[in-house]
Amino acid sequence: MGEQKNVGIVIVSHSAKVAEGAADMVRQMVGDSVPLAAVGGNADGGLGTDVGAIVGAIDKAWSEQGVAILVDLGGAETNSEMAVEMMPEERRERIVICNAPLVEGAVMAATEASGGSSLDAVRATAEELMGG
Amino acid sequence: MDQDFKRRLIGAMADAVIAHAEELTALDSAIGDGDHGLNMKRGFEAVLAEADTIAAKPLPDALKAIGMALVMKVGGASGPLYGTLAMGLGKALPAEPTAAEAAMALARAIEDVKARGKSDAGQKTMLDVLIPVQAAFAANGDDLATRLPAVAAQAADATVPMKAIRGRASFLGERSIGHMDPGARSSSLLVQAICSVFNEA
Repeated sequence: MGEQKNVGIVIVSHSAKVAEGAADMVRQMVGDSVPLAAVGGNADGGLGTDVGAIVGAIDKAWSEQGVAILVDLGGAETNSEMAVEMMPEERRERIVICNAPLVEGAVMAATEASGGSSLDAVRATAEELMGG
Repeated sequence: MDQDFKRRLIGAMADAVIAHAEELTALDSAIGDGDHGLNMKRGFEAVLAEADTIAAKPLPDALKAIGMALVMKVGGASGPLYGTLAMGLGKALPAEPTAAEAAMALARAIEDVKARGKSDAGQKTMLDVLIPVQAAFAANGDDLATRLPAVAAQAADATVPMKAIRGRASFLGERSIGHMDPGARSSSLLVQAICSVFNEA
């Protein structure tokens, strides 16, 4: 587990392999300095996303500084929003879903987070990729 | 609403989705990621597995339980969308609603679905069936359970020439035109299933 002082990163993909691969790339950049969790696949192990697993990933990557979620396609975003709403109220405002590409966004967000940046700064760094 | 009636409603909805799973998947393969039928089948199989427990609950709690099962099991965007619809109905309905109360509850639940999907009418989604069905339901009159399935089927057909704005189908842009929206079709199937139980009553 990472240090609680840095923002946590959650990767949500339709594919378990994409999620694992993106998490490997994040680890290569930031090591264990950022709490990280990655989930992919539906409840049957096929392509899709699983709200319960996303809730578990947010718990795993939880940091008092908050958690930034990176998603791939539509259902990952909708299911992540649902997962955020299922979290305890005092946590919800410290969780953001970034409007950013999954792999690049996760690496950029984690790099920003590893320097101790705030949740807003982490999100902004990931979302800058969309402006390029 | 008694337990047996709720049990039959659950059975009819699940049967309709399961029986049409391949058709829904084929529709979704044309313009989406081809998982709608399987996802909805998985969700409704989970609901069916708990049908007796769910049917024993008061109507609002039963709907919340159905919504939660769909959210947790469907695995695609349709899980949160149908889950939000069912949970929204559960929040808005009294235990023994009149038709007018049910129509009003459906209107509120549709607003929840719009917010969840960041979508609205005319974007080639389930809303293009739910909105006209709610309007016909609210207008009331005779033979609702006979008329609403026809309204739903026509509304689903009307999504064929629409261009998708939301969801995976929107990636196709103009190429989404000419196919029925799978979410519109599954909504139409659920309306038909619910009305068939009311027609038997």
